[in-house]
Amino acid sequence: MLSIGLDIGSTTIKSAVLGEDGKLLYNSYERHFSQIPPRATAIINNIKDKFSLTDNDEVRFCVSGSAGMGFAEDAGFPFVQEVYATRTAVLRYMPDTDSVIELGGEDAKILFLTGEENGDKELEVRMNGSCAGGTGAFIDQMATLLGITPDEMELQAREYEKIYVIASRCGVFAKSDIQPLLNQGARIPDIAASIFYAVVNQTVAGLAQGRQIKGNVLYLGGPLTFHSQLRAAFDKTLGVKGLCPENSLCYVAMGAALAPQDKAMRLGDIITSIQERKSSGTYKSCEPLFDNEEEYKEFRERHMRDRVETADPKTAEGKVYIGIDAGSTTLKCAVIDEQGRLLTSVYMPNSGNPVPLVRNFLLDFYKEYPALTVAGSASTGYGEEIIKNAFSLDNGVVETVAHFYAAKRFRPEVDFILDIGGQDIKCFKIANGAIDNIFLNEACSSGCGSFLQTFAGALNYDIEEFAKLGLFAKAPVELGSRCTVFMNSSVKQAQKDGATLDNISAGLSMSVVKNALYKVIRATTKDASVSLGKHIVVQGGTFFNDAVLRAFEKEIGMNVVRPDIAGLMGAYGAALYAMERAPRQSTILNQSELEGFQHEVKAVTCKGCTNNCKLTVNTFITADGEKRKFIAGNRCDTPITGKKNSDDELNLYSYKLGLLESYKPVPGKMGRIGIPMGLNMYELLPFWYRLLTELGFEVITSPASNRSLYLKGQQTIPSDTVCYPAKLIHGHVQALIDMGVETIFYPCLTYNIDEGLGDNHYNCPVVAYYPEVIKANVRALSGIRYINDYFGIHRPKDFVKKFTSKMNGYFGNVFTVKQVGRAVRLAYEEYKGFLKNIRDTAKAYINAARKAGKHIIVLAGRPYHVDPEINHGIDKLICGLGAAVITEDSVSAEMEKFRVAVLNQWTYHSRLYAAAKYIADKPDMDLVQLVSFGCGVDAITTDETRSILESEGKIYTQIKIDEITNLGAVKIRMRSLFSAIGK
Amino acid sequence: MKEIKTHVTSGIPFSKAMKKEYTILIPDMLRIHFTMLRDVFVSYGYKPELLTNTGPQVVNEGLKYVHNDTCYPALLVIGQMIDALNSGKYDLNKTAVMITQTGGGCRASNYIHLLRKALKKAGYENIPVISFNISGLEKDSSLPLTLPMLVKMIFALCYGDMLMLLKNQVEPYETEKGAADKAVNKWTKELSRQFKAGKCWSMKALERNMRSIVSDFAGIKVKITPKVRVGVVGEIYVKYAPLANNFLEDFLRSQDCEVNVPGIMNFICFKIDNRIEDINLYGGSAIKKFVCGKLLGIFYKIEKIMQSVLAEYPRFVPPATYRELKKMVKGIIGYGSKMGEGWLLTAEMVELIRSGYGNIVCAQPFGCLPNHIVGKGMIRKLRAIYPEANIVPIDYDSGATRVNQENRIKLMLAVGAEKLRDREQRTDKSESAKKEAEEATV
Repeated sequence: MLSIGLDIGSTTIKSAVLGEDGKLLYNSYERHFSQIPPRATAIINNIKDKFSLTDNDEVRFCVSGSAGMGFAEDAGFPFVQEVYATRTAVLRYMPDTDSVIELGGEDAKILFLTGEENGDKELEVRMNGSCAGGTGAFIDQMATLLGITPDEMELQAREYEKIYVIASRCGVFAKSDIQPLLNQGARIPDIAASIFYAVVNQTVAGLAQGRQIKGNVLYLGGPLTFHSQLRAAFDKTLGVKGLCPENSLCYVAMGAALAPQDKAMRLGDIITSIQERKSSGTYKSCEPLFDNEEEYKEFRERHMRDRVETADPKTAEGKVYIGIDAGSTTLKCAVIDEQGRLLTSVYMPNSGNPVPLVRNFLLDFYKEYPALTVAGSASTGYGEEIIKNAFSLDNGVVETVAHFYAAKRFRPEVDFILDIGGQDIKCFKIANGAIDNIFLNEACSSGCGSFLQTFAGALNYDIEEFAKLGLFAKAPVELGSRCTVFMNSSVKQAQKDGATLDNISAGLSMSVVKNALYKVIRATTKDASVSLGKHIVVQGGTFFNDAVLRAFEKEIGMNVVRPDIAGLMGAYGAALYAMERAPRQSTILNQSELEGFQHEVKAVTCKGCTNNCKLTVNTFITADGEKRKFIAGNRCDTPITGKKNSDDELNLYSYKLGLLESYKPVPGKMGRIGIPMGLNMYELLPFWYRLLTELGFEVITSPASNRSLYLKGQQTIPSDTVCYPAKLIHGHVQALIDMGVETIFYPCLTYNIDEGLGDNHYNCPVVAYYPEVIKANVRALSGIRYINDYFGIHRPKDFVKKFTSKMNGYFGNVFTVKQVGRAVRLAYEEYKGFLKNIRDTAKAYINAARKAGKHIIVLAGRPYHVDPEINHGIDKLICGLGAAVITEDSVSAEMEKFRVAVLNQWTYHSRLYAAAKYIADKPDMDLVQLVSFGCGVDAITTDETRSILESEGKIYTQIKIDEITNLGAVKIRMRSLFSAIGK
Repeated sequence: MKEIKTHVTSGIPFSKAMKKEYTILIPDMLRIHFTMLRDVFVSYGYKPELLTNTGPQVVNEGLKYVHNDTCYPALLVIGQMIDALNSGKYDLNKTAVMITQTGGGCRASNYIHLLRKALKKAGYENIPVISFNISGLEKDSSLPLTLPMLVKMIFALCYGDMLMLLKNQVEPYETEKGAADKAVNKWTKELSRQFKAGKCWSMKALERNMRSIVSDFAGIKVKITPKVRVGVVGEIYVKYAPLANNFLEDFLRSQDCEVNVPGIMNFICFKIDNRIEDINLYGGSAIKKFVCGKLLGIFYKIEKIMQSVLAEYPRFVPPATYRELKKMVKGIIGYGSKMGEGWLLTAEMVELIRSGYGNIVCAQPFGCLPNHIVGKGMIRKLRAIYPEANIVPIDYDSGATRVNQENRIKLMLAVGAEKLRDREQRTDKSESAKKEAEEATV
């Protein structure tokens, strides 16, 4: 009897037919475009024909796969979990395997088949958790972003020269890493290869969780079968030579076929069961977008009224102004006359490199309208700088300002603008004629235009068709507002529960709106005219989609203005901006200069400082042979000016870092003791250093954080969703072990020192207890004296006694209470002195900044945000924009305890609230909060800090940071802030 | 002087006068336990209402009024309350809401503030918020608890633990479907009646009741077949509340498993004991330590009763006592790790593994900080000590889908089923070997 296994994954369906002896007789692999039942039926019929069977022939039959679970349940088929199926197949066909790495459409799995210690047969399996970056869908998504197919990506990657660091935790993150690279002109082969390495890192960091992948490694699943470069990246990272076996796509299906079955099934019954399968549930639905055609007509007519004034470029003459918006996925150009009327425009995908497209646009324009004189030009968007430099434009304008200029043309009284573009959501409030508050989307809040597009693509539709489907859907699916990966599975579930495509389309449009409202703006809809504004203008390409527009109006219960050039607003605004600023001949390249224009790109690593920025050097050569260089990817001016960061830079982050680095080891009779420089050590190093040094230890701190230090410890991270500062600790501990220290000191601290600013003085759970995680997961610690006891430095007297007894326990009774008491006293003094130093320096910086007329930014985070690997040089970036940067702990002591609306129980967070209060009445100060991704505590502090600042009329700015951070977005945010406060 | 502006609102305190008139909305976490708790409130003249509303609108209200990165339990509890207030079922001038507050370094201590903020945003600023806590937080809004009332509540939780334990151990094997459920209903009614009558708060009464309960459950006809035994641990709300864990227990039962969800008493002991541990580790008041020790002593007595009563029926697996749990985790994680569920969560995993429930779902809200340490952070170490451990951490969150969660759980169950088969085969073999040996001697 034949055994048939069917593996229905998130994007593909695979089958395997085995003979009595377990030999593979037939297999198939195809995409199912969510049309699972017809595809499954076709496959069974195919097998029937292939083996000349009839409906009455009996087979053993079993289903597996993530989408197969619901399918099997509904049709009453036997089901086997896919990882388990993989293992069955591997044990049967490749019995010598030690570990398996299997990547699927939306899943990533690692199987350990032999014991870590002894090589005995065992089973330990890992599946990706709720964050599902680094999978096949992710690779597809990235390929789309690069404007190539996944196959082409493979070919491109072979030509790589260097690897950029790209986050693959999720598509949103990765996109925001790749986009700036594209805009800076990085080479596609380098990006393609970097994407594969990102997948490897995500898999290893997220799934290995403390186990080393070694021995005979097997690669299975689509991505690893199709991309030899991905396999190479795994080989290189893991230091193994993995094998991708024959039929590597069908192991799950083969495993399903091998699953023991009690009874055989008739082929005819299988087909009938598929067709007659009952859906087990109903999906959650919401109100339709439009009840009828009339409603839609009225809606259309209302929005047709918001049209831009235009003029015919053929008959126009005189001065014109050009605005160019090089956005994340699209390029927009607009030309206006002196009355601000739109003459001509383009809107096209930027295909990864906007420079040649702009050149063509300008050349065409010059040729077609020789009578017009360009009197001013401006660029905006992600590619603002490269375009400005390449074509010698007159101005660059931050995109928020550009959008505001454009919106004002449509509604002079506009007080709220929402822009949903391809990759990002921008919202800003306007008060007193200036931008007052800005919201930008961040990771874990996707739901932009490209999200809809990717979805439409996955279902084999183009975006416009797909959106139209939803307009009259009767029961749109309620999908909530989460990230793309979750959305995919929600849609799958809804489909399983009988949702039709039109209802899914409408549901997706609504989820985009809800995402913007509740995750980005964090508005409550009780009264949108209060929480948003009275005169709302919406724009960005995504709002061309009537379904999205309607969903937005329905959700907030108000009518809004959508200009007919919703997708062009950035460019149009930039042109208006150029007009306001440029009453003279423009510096823009002319036709002859453009004719011979060339653009070269080179990737280099900056050696200016420890940040090791990956730079892209663009060289623009004009017809007359003039060469101009444009460097991108830098955080400071060093690579451009060649100078080290100047001494007059007022950066307390740098100062604090330098101060911490000044604690050098002093040889002592107790030998070396290592301290991992992470988390609260950035606060308490002076304390522990002095204490241990006084007791005769030579205190060795782990080296400065960087990417390679992180990768050293990556394999031992047990939780992939913990914050990056915590993850870094693994690298620091490994570095100390590699340095050969015999003792590592990393105590647990439930409580911090009470600074009297809050109701309690806790550390957050991660800071408090991370030493336990290190102990439980870093195997290399065996043989090392690892001191991770619980100490209470908030009670100095008791601390002396407890510390003495603990240390005597480790080192034999060598310390007396008196001796320790003295050392502890000195340690507290050292710590106080350190804080005083920081606070005094802050005062000096504030005075200097005021003298120089500089704005002062309190870059507020936690002590460990001083680490450049954690803050990604944001401090330098802000200084580069002409402001002074100080820390939250440098001003918090200026405040007395005051009431906040939350339980104020963490020392570090009390400082944050105090700093917010401190700057509230200082016109030349603003606060920017750094938030590490995954910081649960900050869900509470961000809202509270915002309330404190806003109740005092200050703008709240939050920057979310993770392993990798898109500095382009940070820059936009900071520039918008400066433009809002009039700097 | 500059005028001090503030965005802080104080909320309305819950006054004595409100007691009789106001309906108090209580979030549901453990149906059996909380039903009895509610009845204790009723017996003291309150008008409590256990919230049972579920559905997408609960999550939606939560998403709307609570920061979306906040833990899922806060989002759900607050969403559930606002949804209930929106329903029109309650007189908004005569309704209060109650929320528990644990205190401690976890962000859960902030739920009440998030609730107040959310109520304000939703336009329910005039609804009094009552804090239910034993940490002395929020003095103005705390419920006036009398000692007898507190004792009854503790007893209610003990009974709840016992009923839950027995239900879980009997239900999968009962020959008459619904028999265990019936017994649970019978006893929650009976105990509530006793609470109302003012009885049943002596240790003697407790022991008598416990004995009758166990004997009732022991009398239910069962057919013992080998089943995959699964333990559930996690962040307390997600561990217990079906609203948060997508009806995890029902799902596991539908997969033909026996489920073991450790009770809530240990959590209370843990919270009391933390004060003692703090003093042990960092120094502090000897009087406070003494008082806490006395209080713990009461719980130890109750535990002993539960264990001795269960010991009469060997087929029931008794829960470890708090002190046993504490011993189990020694050397794995320090007693100082007290935020959230702290070391107790790790201890519960050890207990489950040791008592034959090595297949474990570790449930946590996405981004739960303590769980990075005591849950996910300890799995590797537990596996090193107990290779038979088969633990799957599952994140719960408004965006996580059931399909994904169930798929991962199914993988854990497949491994569990295989282990069960192996064990059966081994016992079969050893039995047949024994038989052969016996035959040989004959």
